[in-house]
Amino acid sequence: MSDSNWTTDFLNQLNSDITIAQIDNPSTILWQIETIHWQRFAEIALQEKLRWVAGWAEQQGTQFFIHACFEKQGTYILLRTVSDEQRPSIRSQATVYPAANRSERHTQDMFGINFIGHPDNRRWTRHQAWPEDAFPLRKDFPVQGAPEAITPPDMHYPFVKSYGAGVYEIPVGPVHAGIIEPGHFRFQAVGELILNLEERLGYVHKGIEKIAEGRSPEALARLAGRVSGDTTVGHCWAACRAMEYAADVEIPPRAALIRGILAERERVANHLGDMGAICNDVAFIFAQMQFTRLREQWLRTNAKVFKHRLLMDKIVPGGVACDVSESSQALIKQDIVQLRKELADIMLAVDLSTTLEDRLYTAGYLSPELAAAYGTLGYVARASGQDFDVRRDATYAPYDQVTFKIPVESQGDIASRFWVRHKEINVALKLLEQFIDLLTPGELLTAWKTPLAGREGLGIVEGWRGEIVTYLRFDADNRIARYYTRDPSILNWPALEKLVLNNIVPDFPVCNKSLNGSYSGNDL
Amino acid sequence: MFNIIKKTLTTGVVTERFKTPSDADLEQLGIEIKRHIDKNFYGSIAIRAVDAGSCNGCELEIHALNNPYYDIERFGIHFVASPRHADVLLVTGPVSRHMQTALLRTYEATPNPKWVVAVGDCAACGGEFGVSYASCGAVSSVIPVDMVIAGCPPTPLALLSGLLGLMKK
Repeated sequence: MSDSNWTTDFLNQLNSDITIAQIDNPSTILWQIETIHWQRFAEIALQEKLRWVAGWAEQQGTQFFIHACFEKQGTYILLRTVSDEQRPSIRSQATVYPAANRSERHTQDMFGINFIGHPDNRRWTRHQAWPEDAFPLRKDFPVQGAPEAITPPDMHYPFVKSYGAGVYEIPVGPVHAGIIEPGHFRFQAVGELILNLEERLGYVHKGIEKIAEGRSPEALARLAGRVSGDTTVGHCWAACRAMEYAADVEIPPRAALIRGILAERERVANHLGDMGAICNDVAFIFAQMQFTRLREQWLRTNAKVFKHRLLMDKIVPGGVACDVSESSQALIKQDIVQLRKELADIMLAVDLSTTLEDRLYTAGYLSPELAAAYGTLGYVARASGQDFDVRRDATYAPYDQVTFKIPVESQGDIASRFWVRHKEINVALKLLEQFIDLLTPGELLTAWKTPLAGREGLGIVEGWRGEIVTYLRFDADNRIARYYTRDPSILNWPALEKLVLNNIVPDFPVCNKSLNGSYSGNDL
Repeated sequence: MFNIIKKTLTTGVVTERFKTPSDADLEQLGIEIKRHIDKNFYGSIAIRAVDAGSCNGCELEIHALNNPYYDIERFGIHFVASPRHADVLLVTGPVSRHMQTALLRTYEATPNPKWVVAVGDCAACGGEFGVSYASCGAVSSVIPVDMVIAGCPPTPLALLSGLLGLMKK
């Protein structure tokens, strides 16, 4: 991630208002500012069209380090401020960037850091498993906590209400009707029309950030691989990249190519599953059966080549824990030829289906303006005209060795999110072929070097849902001091609340599936 | 429409193409499940899947049971939308504390006789997440468990063979 021109201009502009301390960091540009300038920085960043990427905090001794990450033209800036206060107060960036909203609420719940002027400072990640005045990510909070025998339900969360003739409320979840993850949706509707949707997540909060502390690099990689099961490769890769920056370890070229193969195989498997599920939600069963059949074939090849259908634990710190033999390469290539042929048949039928035309076009519309304002990512963003992909714009091995297109659509509806996925499958298939052709004999693993205490790393990759940002810091003895990972779902979920407006309640499942946020990746 | 019919016909019935030894195992397994189900449940069991805190890996594989390769419904096993319609709860994940009451209420809403199957390593023992301020760990620490299907995540075949184990009880 090299310094590009805009950072110099931006720095000059900031310098009239804000003092910036530039800190050396192997993985990113790192700037430290005074706490009082936190919000002002965001205001200038927004004027300069920086994208708000992620926010998190960390306790070190008696100090709190508060971070926000920004991006423009593929260059990332990590912003930091340090507070010595016991209960830090800092002016909210969510007033400037809506994308920062839930992230700041999470930090508020987990660290007891107060964000002044926050537009919505209700609790977010906290339900009833710990009291209001306890903060799980503080160092004096034991990992076991002090839970009651039975954690009570979160009965009194202050949902937004609406009143008026004919307005009614539909509470849904946390246990849903399908085989899906738990979360609560609160609808206000008139007739069939959705007036408002409020998401209440956090049900699968498993304390991932807390239980990461004290882990070895290998154990962290395993945990990262279970942040969101469908993105096991993505999160594991992001965590390993961050650890490798911190430990100054460079992975062998063959390992990088295999990581690329794993990531693209994960992308294809998930897109196939989602495309089938979108069709299923509008009762087009032919496509659902065809897509799930193709997904199963794809996973069986995963099992043959990598010994795991979902590719868990194949990326390890320093490289990969699997190889792709010549016969496996041939198998993968043969599969790709077959998949292209089958997809061509199915997509023709899909394209001509009046059912899909009727249900998917114009439904669940997300405007490019909203997609940008909420900092949406991946196929959700790219179906609404946001032309960004980490693989191309902040490229990393092995994507720096190949050329590929990033499909972008501007229609913003469910059909658009469906077709973008199809195009992404085609790109991924080409990438897989290119990576296999580039494979040369070589090592799979670089020997690990214990990083110095305090070393930190920022690992950013393009998962199948979009950009994944992982920050971590090492303690002494190769132990993790802090781990935070921002799944793309964290920024995509709020967009769902907007894109369902003025749709009918029965279209909610297909709207939801077209976005397909991860609950587990969001709740951590 | 012609395209749909053509593709459907040329695809054929993948469900019956279990010629290789490993897939033959599945067929045998499935038939055995059916025999037990016939005996104990008069031909059918209704399963309610409950994610009590999983990473969603287990859900992906439970979903796969409904794809045309496994087509679990042909054995009389089907997934239902409400615990009130269920004979079996298939519970995944370490039970997050935020889901503890929801899981208890789902269990209470399931009519007797009922069976609980804990699916995946997290449901079996807490897995990678263990017990913490946010996680109760194994499903058995919250509701009685009749059967455990281990794996991270268990493959669709392991899920089928696990259900067989339940029927043999």
